[in-house]
Amino acid sequence: MAITTAGANQNQHTSAVEFERLSLRGVTRAYGKNPPALRDFDLELGRGDFVALLGPSGCGKSTALACLAGLQPLTRGSIWRDGERIDTRPAEKRGFGMVFQNYALFPHLSVQKNVEFGLAMRRVARRQRQERALAALRTVQLEEHLGKLPSQLSGGQQQRVAIARALAIEPEVVLMDEPLSNLDAALRVEMRTEIKRIYQERGLTVLYVTHDQEEALSLATRLVVLRKGRLEQTGTPQEVYANPVSAYVAGFMGYRNLFPARFLASGPGRGVSVTAFGRSLAGTLISGGGLAADAEVTVAIRPEDLVISADADAGAVTALAEVVEYHGRELSVQARTSDGGVLHVKTDQPVVAGSTLALTARADRVLVYQGGLDRDEFAIEAGTQ
Amino acid sequence: MTQMPVTEIQSCARAERQPIRHRLADRGVDWSLLLLGPAVAVIAGLFLYPFIYGLSISFQPQAGGGALANYKNFFADSYQVGSILKTLRLALPVAFLSVALAAPLAYRCRRDFRGRKVVTLVVMLPITFGGILIAQGMPRVFSPVGWLNLTLKAIGLPQADLIYNYQGTFIAALLTSLPLSFLMMMGFFGGIDRSLEHAAATLGAGRAARFWRIILPLAAPGILTAFMLALVESFAIFPSAILVGQPDNQTHVLTIPIYQAASQNSDYTMASAIAVVLTAIELLILGVVVFVRGRLFKGPATAGKG
Repeated sequence: MAITTAGANQNQHTSAVEFERLSLRGVTRAYGKNPPALRDFDLELGRGDFVALLGPSGCGKSTALACLAGLQPLTRGSIWRDGERIDTRPAEKRGFGMVFQNYALFPHLSVQKNVEFGLAMRRVARRQRQERALAALRTVQLEEHLGKLPSQLSGGQQQRVAIARALAIEPEVVLMDEPLSNLDAALRVEMRTEIKRIYQERGLTVLYVTHDQEEALSLATRLVVLRKGRLEQTGTPQEVYANPVSAYVAGFMGYRNLFPARFLASGPGRGVSVTAFGRSLAGTLISGGGLAADAEVTVAIRPEDLVISADADAGAVTALAEVVEYHGRELSVQARTSDGGVLHVKTDQPVVAGSTLALTARADRVLVYQGGLDRDEFAIEAGTQ
Repeated sequence: MTQMPVTEIQSCARAERQPIRHRLADRGVDWSLLLLGPAVAVIAGLFLYPFIYGLSISFQPQAGGGALANYKNFFADSYQVGSILKTLRLALPVAFLSVALAAPLAYRCRRDFRGRKVVTLVVMLPITFGGILIAQGMPRVFSPVGWLNLTLKAIGLPQADLIYNYQGTFIAALLTSLPLSFLMMMGFFGGIDRSLEHAAATLGAGRAARFWRIILPLAAPGILTAFMLALVESFAIFPSAILVGQPDNQTHVLTIPIYQAASQNSDYTMASAIAVVLTAIELLILGVVVFVRGRLFKGPATAGKG
């Protein structure tokens, strides 16, 4: 399950401290007698990578980060920095910068002292400390707030101070634990761009934990999707987005229509036909093979891949538009089929609530996975684990 | 003149006053204020009235001789005045030590660990016993035939003279103020967000640096509050000063002349005067501590929006 992240990274610069590769090998973390929060987790992080750990709360992503940072002991496994084993070192000797979900700014210290803290711990001379703190604050555009206490700043500013504080020590790797999930929507998008800009400018190596697929897709050079403490899929954002290996990953990648169906017959190549909503549906088999007729499968379709066709031809699923949301450029429609199934459609055609829609989708955009679907796994509410 | 209607509307709006209920609520006056009633009555009846009464009779000496006669007599008697110093010599070190001992303990107990309940229970027991029970039990441990000295004797070490003197009262006072300090500080240490320590650790701060630079500054107001409580507690020490101390010499603390004036000489005015002196000294020290605390960081020790 090793993930290699060799080759293309977007960074021209190199980190201050040279390292080539950070490896987690078989890392397992169990709390008491509960099933492990993280099991046999392998991850390789090359210099200049931006890796996003993605999954719902409880999938083990924050645990992986805490293990790497040295904030939690490993139950099994090891962590290596090139040829050197580092998981036996305490957190303060690992030299990673960490950004926390709740910012974790020292409330009794000014912004400047917060940013200088890591440098003071490294016994950097006062003058140099001030210069480097100022430089870090300039990176996050907060240099005019030096003297303020964290409580005098807004949430977004506080998180920028936290980022500056982590950057000031010029860490080999920056670990970010859901850094944006406490910010409101507009600020989140702004800070996301900010993080990407800093990553590109400073040539950082980042491990980023999030439950938000949009964040993961927009920031990362490599995605790692976790499920119940295990690695589910890894790849570039494009790979994972286009070809989710399981219905679980599909659910994270914006395949909002996930519904159970019955296997009907195999077609040419990966083409299959399944029965759903009382109709036969042409799709592409992603996982599973040699399925018996009537076997349980799960179908995943993106809302934007459902097309409203003009006439109710034989292949189309008919559904009644129940809720129509206006999203500016497009409409988001929630429609109900005659047998009670719910479908989500994104369209630029005018739809009014109460109208009947004939919906079709291209066979290569209808992904079919073997087995049923566990809806509980998609409880992707924001929250710590 | 074209502006006339506008100004008319404005003045109308100003003239029409909001109902009294809204104006009172705006100033925080509503029915819930009545909830304060019982507390105000208790404080006024059981604390404020006796205090003012005591203060006023302290200026009406039984033997006459002017309003300040009681105070003059007290300060003229060097034996009595000496009890001020004796009180301070007992109360300040006890308060310091109980905070110093309780702080690491409270820091360790701030979060759950195996055996936390046992440790907490053991530390809390002296409160439930009360001062007199402790003072009565102490001879069994510290007297010449107590188990401590018997043990020392068995090993061949010199005897420890820890009872019926300053040390005896010191130990008893420490035992009663330590649990209070512990209880108080445990809350303060526990209120410090864990991620602050984690953040400090990832920035390179070792265990000691985390304690001195993060935990201690954030807990400082709580530590000072605990110090004040321990001080007040040991200022009013009385049973153990008599039972395990040396009440006519080393542990002749201020509460003893008060007791003597009131019970033995039946001079309540003198007792009140000494009590006022005791209170004044206490308030002076508390004033200094409150001033120092006011200059510390007092905000919540949380990590931001969490």
